Amino acid sequence: MTTGTTPRVRGGIGTSARRPDGGPKVSGNFAYASDLSAEGMLWGATRRSPHAHARITRLDIAPALAMTGVLAVLTQEDVPGNPLFGQEEQDQPVLCDGVARYWGEPVAVVAATDEETARRAAGAIIVEWEPLEPLVATDEAIERESVYRDMQIRRGDESAKGPIVVEGFYETATQDQAPLGPEAGLAIPDGEGGLDLYAVSQWIHVDHRQIIDCLDMAPEAVRCHPVGIGGAFGSREDISLHIHVAMLALATGRPVKMVYDRSESFVGHVKRHPSKMWYRHEADAFGNLVKVEARLILDGGAYAHTSRAVLANAAFFAVGPYRCDNVFVHGSVVRTNNPPAGAMRGFGAVQVCFGYEMQMDRLADAVGIDPLDLRRRNALRSGDRMSTSGQLIEGSLPTMSVIDALAGIPLPEHPVGDDPTLLPGGTGRTSSPSSVVRGVGYAVGLKNIAFSEAFDDFSEARVVMTPAGVEVHTAAIEVGQGLITVCQQIARTILGTEQVAVVWADTSQIGSAGSTSASRQTQMTGGAVHAASVGLRDRILADHGGDELRDDGVYLEGRRVSTIEDVCADGPVEFFVRFRHPETSKPDENGQGDVHAGFVVAAHRAVVDVDTELGLVRVVRVDTAQDVGTALNPQAIVGQLEGGIMQGAGFAVMEHLVIDGGVIRNPTFTDYVIPTFMDAPEVATRLIEEGGHWGPFGAKGIGESPTISSTPAIVSAIRAATGRDLTRVPVLPQDIVGI
Amino acid sequence: MRVDLSVNGEARSLEVDGPESLLSALRRHLDLLGTKDACEQGECGSCTIMMDGDAVCSCLVMAADAEGAAVVTVEGVARGDALHPVQEALLAEGAVQCGFCTPGFVVAGVHLLETNPHPSATEIREALAGNICRCTGYGAILRAFEKLAEAGP
Repeated sequence: MTTGTTPRVRGGIGTSARRPDGGPKVSGNFAYASDLSAEGMLWGATRRSPHAHARITRLDIAPALAMTGVLAVLTQEDVPGNPLFGQEEQDQPVLCDGVARYWGEPVAVVAATDEETARRAAGAIIVEWEPLEPLVATDEAIERESVYRDMQIRRGDESAKGPIVVEGFYETATQDQAPLGPEAGLAIPDGEGGLDLYAVSQWIHVDHRQIIDCLDMAPEAVRCHPVGIGGAFGSREDISLHIHVAMLALATGRPVKMVYDRSESFVGHVKRHPSKMWYRHEADAFGNLVKVEARLILDGGAYAHTSRAVLANAAFFAVGPYRCDNVFVHGSVVRTNNPPAGAMRGFGAVQVCFGYEMQMDRLADAVGIDPLDLRRRNALRSGDRMSTSGQLIEGSLPTMSVIDALAGIPLPEHPVGDDPTLLPGGTGRTSSPSSVVRGVGYAVGLKNIAFSEAFDDFSEARVVMTPAGVEVHTAAIEVGQGLITVCQQIARTILGTEQVAVVWADTSQIGSAGSTSASRQTQMTGGAVHAASVGLRDRILADHGGDELRDDGVYLEGRRVSTIEDVCADGPVEFFVRFRHPETSKPDENGQGDVHAGFVVAAHRAVVDVDTELGLVRVVRVDTAQDVGTALNPQAIVGQLEGGIMQGAGFAVMEHLVIDGGVIRNPTFTDYVIPTFMDAPEVATRLIEEGGHWGPFGAKGIGESPTISSTPAIVSAIRAATGRDLTRVPVLPQDIVGI
Repeated sequence: MRVDLSVNGEARSLEVDGPESLLSALRRHLDLLGTKDACEQGECGSCTIMMDGDAVCSCLVMAADAEGAAVVTVEGVARGDALHPVQEALLAEGAVQCGFCTPGFVVAGVHLLETNPHPSATEIREALAGNICRCTGYGAILRAFEKLAEAGP
């Protein structure tokens, strides 16, 4: 894409422009979904299954309906349309169809005049259960062919051999996105049989499609609106309370609001797939990869959600950013009675990065070379073929640059931290400081950006010139990452004015912007805004005979020929774009094809202090070099890198959703521990700007990379400190002390 | 039950249900929605307010126990139309992403600087360790408070 010829403008690309929602957010005036209300509003509540697998033998809503203040109690019988929903496959009952397939599956929903009454009424519904044996073990699911998707990647010569062989089993636990903002939604009937829905989401158009299907309503009768979102990280990619709250509003004819509390949030959204992985790497005597084989099993839980796409990502990125001509991967994602899994930051690439990077460390040991040198020797670059799919990498892929830039960041000089509060365990530690040892570890991670496998991936944007400034209309969801700011920056740069406002459009006002996921919005909606801005600028320049657009008019050879008022004399001027990324193809039966629209690579180096007596770890620092294409907003990028590293560090050493017999044992912030300020490592960042990507001004999406290789870098550092081969995350004290 | 208290310098009176938390009362009865509800267990700090000069999780305070108390919420931190320096510093350093934790950090940070105008990096971390941020990784928040600590009151 061209960058245009307009002059530099305040708040344009390359600056750390301030976010327009920042002022309201620091003042407490920003409205999140959980803050919304409407005149005459009722409160909704959900009754859920206490079993991972059970049949309902009796369901009686009468006691709830009889309560004062209760206006509706709805069960599966009340679903007006398709009783099933799902983003990829419609397989999940809107409300329990007689058999609960996971712990916490919604059985009935209630609307009442206040929140407390709604909760008590949900509890008053009589549900009797016949417990069934839950299927919770992935190997048993494989045996019973309870599988969402099974895929093979076969590339090269299966008989290829290398003299150095490293083989291992690895496991990753379930991680929860744990966004601070709870699931929340408000449905408001429009008095004409339709409704407006204001609910947390990452993609309102895909919510809309499922909602109208289940409600059996015309598309125009339901309008899904963007709302303030308190973080997402994948947790809002699938439907939670959306259909429930809409059904209650239609049944009562009144606005209905529903908010999950923290424990309900843990059961109310999909989470990161737990995985089991087997790897076998063969290399020549110099460490060049000869063959990689992998068997990957992901637990998709009770319903499909995005499990098929997650598996594809795990399989296609199973070798990481490394060249190898002989690759054989067998991946399966299974259906069990565990909590449903779906999208979380990194989307399948996280699990395998832990596996292949542990393998690369062990391979470096076996060959006897430096772990970074092993990675350099095998680094995948532009012009190579993806080791899994065989796709020719045509855009930028600065694997060598991220490794070299990372290696150039100075390491701290002192051997172990000297601030007692920042040693493992903090001020509460009970062992001698002499039991603390330091380790350094590295990892490199690769991921696709935007949607793959021939998905028709697009984003719509409309850019409007008005006398008061420019408006950008989009349905793309801001979850906190800074998308609105970057859309403003792009439009400012092209249209030559600082006065740009992003207007949230609902599903009736514009088409889909696609999902705020897959590291895609800066490129996709940013790309749409870029193309629409260029189209608008060129139209205005052509209509007014100019060669330059500035904030006060159209100029020709430095002389103003029209004012903005002239430009808008017949009303606002607008340009609409549906932006698509380069086409991708479906893989063939061997997993071969041009499956991905682009790639992003990052490298991390972790420094950890480990108390070998207590098994406690403090992540001292995590440095990173990140492929960004072009840095549109450096401060926002650093924020993504630091935040993503923190989630990767959480996954490395503490975040573990304990699921026992299908039951979540720690669905609270007391028991599901996420990193606090005391756990935050120092971070140094290097942004690698190579260009050559199709995103606006060459920008790549970077939302997920920081969460992918930060986890294995930390585990690698713990391994270096302790000498233990660590094969599962999170690494818990018992893994370190060897109990 | 009627509870009389001061909120952001104004005398207010609440009609609270028996077991209601101060967080709930602020949000439901006074429409002060800046104080956020994210865990209701005192783990995340999103609901941090100042009560008689202490930073507390309002989810852990019974509304009835606020009788006679002087409460400051995020809405009461700004100086007229001008943002408080803590708010300004968080914006300048890019320390706001989704922003759900931000009101809690603002109040806890104002309290920190009122009680310790020049905190060290470790003192900043410890003072704000009860406030969870899931987006930023705390780096930008630390930089914001380090600058404030340097500048002083």
